[in-house]
Amino acid sequence: MPYETDYTNQKFSVIGNRVNRPDGVDKVTGRARYGADASAAGQLVGKILRSPHAHALIKKIDTSKAEKLPGVKAIVTGDDFPDFTGGNRSLMDTLENCMARGRALYDGHAVAAVAAVDAQTANEALKLIKVTYKKLPHVTDVDEAMKPSAPVVHDWIRTAGIEPAPTTASNISQRNEFGHGDIDVGFAEADVIIEKTFKTEQTHQGYIEPHACLATLGPDGSGELWVTTQGHFTFRNMCASLLGLDVAKLKVTSSEIGGGFGGKTHVWMEPVALQLARKSNRPVKLVMTREEVFKATGPTSSTSVDVKIGAKKNGRITAASAELRYQSGAFPGMWGMLGAMTSFACYDLKHVKSVGYDVLCNRPKVAAYRAPSAPMAAFGVESVIDLLAAELKMDPVEFRIKNAAKKGTRASYGPIYGPIGIGPTLEAVKNHPHMKKRLGKNQGRGVACGFWFNFGGQTCTDLNIGIDGSVNLTVGTVDVGGSRASLALIAAEELGVDYDQVRVTIGDTSSLGHNDTTEGSRGTFSSGMATIFAARNAIDVMKQRAADTWGIPVEQVVWEEGVARAKGRQNSNLPPLSLKEIAAKSPRTGGPIAGHNEVVADGAGVSFASHICDVEVDPETGSTRVIRYTVVQDAGKAIHPDYVEGQFQGGAAQGIGWALNEEYIYGEDGTLQNAGFLDYRIPVCSDLPFIDTEILEIPNPNHPYGVRGVGETSIVPPLAAIGNAVSNAVGVRMTHVPMSPPRILKAIEDAQ
Amino acid sequence: MSGVTVSAKVNGDAVQYVCPPNESLMDVLRNRLNLTGVKEGCGTGDCGACSVTLDDRLVCSCLVLGAEAEGRSIGTVEGISQDGELHPLQTAFIDHAALQCGICTPGFLVAAKSLLGRNPNPSEEEIRYALAGNLCRCTGYDKIVRAVQSAAKVMRKQKKS
Repeated sequence: MPYETDYTNQKFSVIGNRVNRPDGVDKVTGRARYGADASAAGQLVGKILRSPHAHALIKKIDTSKAEKLPGVKAIVTGDDFPDFTGGNRSLMDTLENCMARGRALYDGHAVAAVAAVDAQTANEALKLIKVTYKKLPHVTDVDEAMKPSAPVVHDWIRTAGIEPAPTTASNISQRNEFGHGDIDVGFAEADVIIEKTFKTEQTHQGYIEPHACLATLGPDGSGELWVTTQGHFTFRNMCASLLGLDVAKLKVTSSEIGGGFGGKTHVWMEPVALQLARKSNRPVKLVMTREEVFKATGPTSSTSVDVKIGAKKNGRITAASAELRYQSGAFPGMWGMLGAMTSFACYDLKHVKSVGYDVLCNRPKVAAYRAPSAPMAAFGVESVIDLLAAELKMDPVEFRIKNAAKKGTRASYGPIYGPIGIGPTLEAVKNHPHMKKRLGKNQGRGVACGFWFNFGGQTCTDLNIGIDGSVNLTVGTVDVGGSRASLALIAAEELGVDYDQVRVTIGDTSSLGHNDTTEGSRGTFSSGMATIFAARNAIDVMKQRAADTWGIPVEQVVWEEGVARAKGRQNSNLPPLSLKEIAAKSPRTGGPIAGHNEVVADGAGVSFASHICDVEVDPETGSTRVIRYTVVQDAGKAIHPDYVEGQFQGGAAQGIGWALNEEYIYGEDGTLQNAGFLDYRIPVCSDLPFIDTEILEIPNPNHPYGVRGVGETSIVPPLAAIGNAVSNAVGVRMTHVPMSPPRILKAIEDAQ
Repeated sequence: MSGVTVSAKVNGDAVQYVCPPNESLMDVLRNRLNLTGVKEGCGTGDCGACSVTLDDRLVCSCLVLGAEAEGRSIGTVEGISQDGELHPLQTAFIDHAALQCGICTPGFLVAAKSLLGRNPNPSEEEIRYALAGNLCRCTGYDKIVRAVQSAAKVMRKQKKS
């Protein structure tokens, strides 16, 4: 096989088993505690007052009537958040997003907050707060916002990445360029060139659990925060910075998390809850409504993307370029940059250039959403790839295979690839039975590829062996999709014990060193790596204990299948000592047995996927049904195949929702028109077919087990795969996501 | 606002509570009876995370008033497991990895149990439509549908024997 590496065909004993997850029973009995499920004695209910305007000057906030309402214990506005940012603009952006400072920047921007004895009183108090606004001109469309005549969201923004540096304010916060070669030369060599513009609308991660926290903060500056988050250490550092607290005095505990997908990587109302707690000196529970989640957390960018690709008649791409304009909401982001980096990552290109723009609008501050920025870029690129294949009369899968990146390819965003899975996923697609299924009337098939970087990051893990030989593994990454099961498998594999012997706990911020946020598909990759090293450290301790027990040098001791063995003929009379035996004797042989590891888990292997999708479009209504869907993705090594498949299926389903239906709809007045599940409508059970999966394992040479992150890549191909399928079904190229019934009907009408 | 005194049955046990007349059954269950297995995903009846049965009828408890439960029988996820044994649906959800984050799981279990009570041998399509009121954002529903199919089979066998 062309993609064999040193790690291929490693032998494992428990890795790869479909074991039951340790938190399963808690989650099927209702016992698992999420963000809104914790309470404290004497707790108050926190509620936030939000701007009804897209952009407005806050001239005055009169809280006097609300303060007099019996049961109201604290009210905060922007004035209650002194500036501890020390001139750090990005910190100030976060603070200002949590609570407006003189200006409301989007519909839903927080302007004041209340803590009261119960929800009813808190809601009543919100109504009594009188805010005097002066409406300002607003802009919500990314292309409009780039025009020189557009209302400026922040007058201090000067576009970064442009020479000479601009002297006037703009909504374009930065320009980034990636690529190599000379695209003019490349396009001159092309026999066929396709150029097209695409738009995608803003979508939300749509986790079912709203943001929720329980905050305590005393006058001594010590506090606790129970919160649903992807990164409790990051939340601790961020809240401490914003509120002027010592990091060590704020203990943050991550609750069970009811979905995140990138949306729970940033603080939104947690600093507000802490400040209410400080002002009232009472615990404050703050839970967002679904409307608040839509209006005032961090959806993904709406985009506008131009793609141009040229190829020779022999099917080889000669040049590719893209300009990607990504809306980042009311504060600067890095989303256009990520779009530009990912756009052509699947292909082996001699001449390539991609330029990304980050554009401010009067919309909520954009946050990460599963492989952030990659799906929109892939929608444009993979659509043009299909158009080119058609123009060249080539099979679209063969055309992709011919141009796919491989080991040694210089990626369009810079690095040289190691062993990667794009070619193998495409080969698997080509040979998949799905591709041979005949299509019926009004049906179309689409294929598309996707890429995501993956991330490693700072990780800190403890492994403690109990007196009975059971193992407690404490990790600092959050379990967003079954990682406790995967990490227990890894610990069991290293130690040579049963899976059931290992219990995994997510440690709070006081029990472990810093762990980066669980993002970039890093949970199983990075905590898995730290678990392996921590277990090996514990094994070193156990080998020493065995050596001491036997009275031989530790160099003569090996660890095999859960037991210490004395090597060499001279030691043949020494029976092996099992982990359980060593643990039982530990009080008399040197005390507790533990292994620890702190690591920056570099070398997260890049991830590729190829998807196949069949749709049926009703030409009368424009309504589209996905009738069959197949995901092929490289997992490096699937530690727990059930949860790898789950990531593949979940990402595909989110992509299907985005492709066909989900979008933020803003009115002329700049307010969000569909801030609820009824009108936003994510896919429901009856919308979807079974989603087939095929796991490829092309080991990541930078991880002891070959693991690659698997969580994100699965959302990258669906927009394009469905776009290609719908276009093939209706005979018209779709260029605007979501391909909702009215858009499909209009495209058909326009073509006639 | 003065409270309403309500007597009802929850998971077979008699309970009494006092709640304001405009308080939802979901808030009563979560905040007054500490049954936090009832989840709030939207508060508007769109996500099904707060699904409970009210006299064997499947409802979103966020759309029912606490006061309306007077004299009635409520079933929540906490009551699905009986005599220390997991219900076949609960076992199937774990075995089939039908949950990732798990926040929607209580609602799905209550809705699926209600479905299988009415229809012990549902087709895939019947399962998909019966569970269309419950949103899951993690799984793409694939493993949930398979878990319900598998549990239905186990329950049919149990009934026969």
